[in-house]
Amino acid sequence: MEKIVLPDIKDFHKLEVYLQHGGYTAAKKAFTQSTDDIIDQVKRSGLRGRGGAAFSTGLKWSFMPKTTDKPKYLCVNGDESEPGSFKDRQIFEFNPHQLIEGTIISCYAIGAKVAYIYIRGEYHKWIKLMQKALDDAYAAGYVGDKMKETFGTDFYCDIYIHKGAGAYICGEESALMNSIEGKRGYPRVKPPFPAQNGLWGCPTTINNVETITNVPPIINKGWEWFASIGEPKHPGTILFGVSGHVNKPGVYELPSGTLLTDIIYNYAGGIPGNKKILCVIPGGSSMPPLRGDQIEGVKMDAESLRAAGSAIGTGGIMVMDEDTDLVKVLARIAHFYHHESCGQCTPCREGTGWLEKILKRLVAGKGSVSDLDLLITVANQIEGNTICALGEAAAWPVKFMVERFRDYFEQRVSKEISLPVANKVHSMRHTVIPVEEIKH
Amino acid sequence: MSFKFTPENLERINAEIKKYPKKQSAVMAALYIAQEQNGYITTEIMNEIAQLLDMHPHDVLGVVTFYTMYHQKPMGKYHIQVCTNVSCMLRGGYEIWNQVKNKLGIDHMQVTSDGKFSLEEVECMGSCGTAPMFAINEDYFENLSKEKVNEIIDTLKNKN
Repeated sequence: MEKIVLPDIKDFHKLEVYLQHGGYTAAKKAFTQSTDDIIDQVKRSGLRGRGGAAFSTGLKWSFMPKTTDKPKYLCVNGDESEPGSFKDRQIFEFNPHQLIEGTIISCYAIGAKVAYIYIRGEYHKWIKLMQKALDDAYAAGYVGDKMKETFGTDFYCDIYIHKGAGAYICGEESALMNSIEGKRGYPRVKPPFPAQNGLWGCPTTINNVETITNVPPIINKGWEWFASIGEPKHPGTILFGVSGHVNKPGVYELPSGTLLTDIIYNYAGGIPGNKKILCVIPGGSSMPPLRGDQIEGVKMDAESLRAAGSAIGTGGIMVMDEDTDLVKVLARIAHFYHHESCGQCTPCREGTGWLEKILKRLVAGKGSVSDLDLLITVANQIEGNTICALGEAAAWPVKFMVERFRDYFEQRVSKEISLPVANKVHSMRHTVIPVEEIKH
Repeated sequence: MSFKFTPENLERINAEIKKYPKKQSAVMAALYIAQEQNGYITTEIMNEIAQLLDMHPHDVLGVVTFYTMYHQKPMGKYHIQVCTNVSCMLRGGYEIWNQVKNKLGIDHMQVTSDGKFSLEEVECMGSCGTAPMFAINEDYFENLSKEKVNEIIDTLKNKN
């Protein structure tokens, strides 16, 4: 199987290796075509956003105004804070130049002169790796005003890295823009949409890191090629991050539409101790969880997962075996969303706190069956009543987990059972950083 | 007590300002640089940054309090950030958390009396495939085991 985003090529992160394998030829090709052509190709390729909403990338680009006096901006979203999601960091580490090439092509397509790659603050190491790649690309004339000579075109753009500082909500596109503007990361009310009124009031497009990294191969090999990979309605490969109770957790690049069971049992090596699966969250912690008996035959693409009662999200697959205490897991998820709620909207600010309180009560064995209905009521009152999608992100796991595991939860609240949440502490590989080298 | 950036750090902040059409955008970077120089963010630092970036000091404070990675009190020389979110939890994140807590005798956001260690329970660090994990200052330590945790902390304890 061909890998598009994370090819198995040694030292692919180095500029010279990237160039040996056709690096920056897609950009050269793109600059000989009209911007409408590029947008059209990306639209036809069927590329959909990999950040969670799975929206058509070409369509998103086409919303950018053609004639405007204002500067236009591209933001590349590498905030990657969704629990269970750890794919973008692989791109920063192993394929930064394809991300940079994708960024300059995207800038050209939408007419942006400046792009900001927003990377979460905790990724110090990956920010440094990305910055190194960017410095190399600048020095070699693939980014910045030297692009004019390198590619023989009038177009040039600058790329800057903006380092976050620990806020899940900054992965929401409008919060991300506020963060780049040097403000608190509050999501904005939409409309106006970013394509009309984004960074500093100018037209802006925000795309996920993985989405942008898919652009150069589409330009180079053609949209027909890309559209033929995986599921036709959601084509291409997807980086699936598998975590939790599996033998081989990690990021697997596979065609969209790969069976969820195939990913868990074949690629991720199955469940330790051959235990049964109790629950799978297929797209990062905010997506509706599936029961172990619901995953058979489920394909991993946006449409199939919707039909199965969940969503693709960021492709972060969290697997929980039969010994997992789901009440503790759900309480932990609720704690996360309470912690990360920005506090602008009352239903979310208060509601996430209530969800956490009720769930902690259940964990302590002091809850009652009526609390389960209360959880659903509170979740329903958050969902749809907030500025941004964090409301849904907090409500969905609670609502769907309680609904889909009703018997389990009823049994759990009626008596205190002691289930170990972790089956064992796994010690596999050694850490790569010698203690002596820790920076302080 | 007033605060002044070192000339090198001022230069770094000026380089950050150049990335954006408005100075305010450099506030996050400036705060990181200040934290690096001073260890934590003080009112004087916020006033200084406000002046540099044409901001109101309250807006700087707003940024400091919104993002979890800026600290308004001194942290330990080694700031240990243990992830206990779901993917880590499923692989023993809480065992690691309790182990570190007991070993150092401190809880969330506390500092050991010698100022060497501080502890924070953090949300998902994007290390789900290599869980459980903690970060010490800027470095990730992944696929932790109890033995590994002991080894790392003991080594740091014996270091100056």
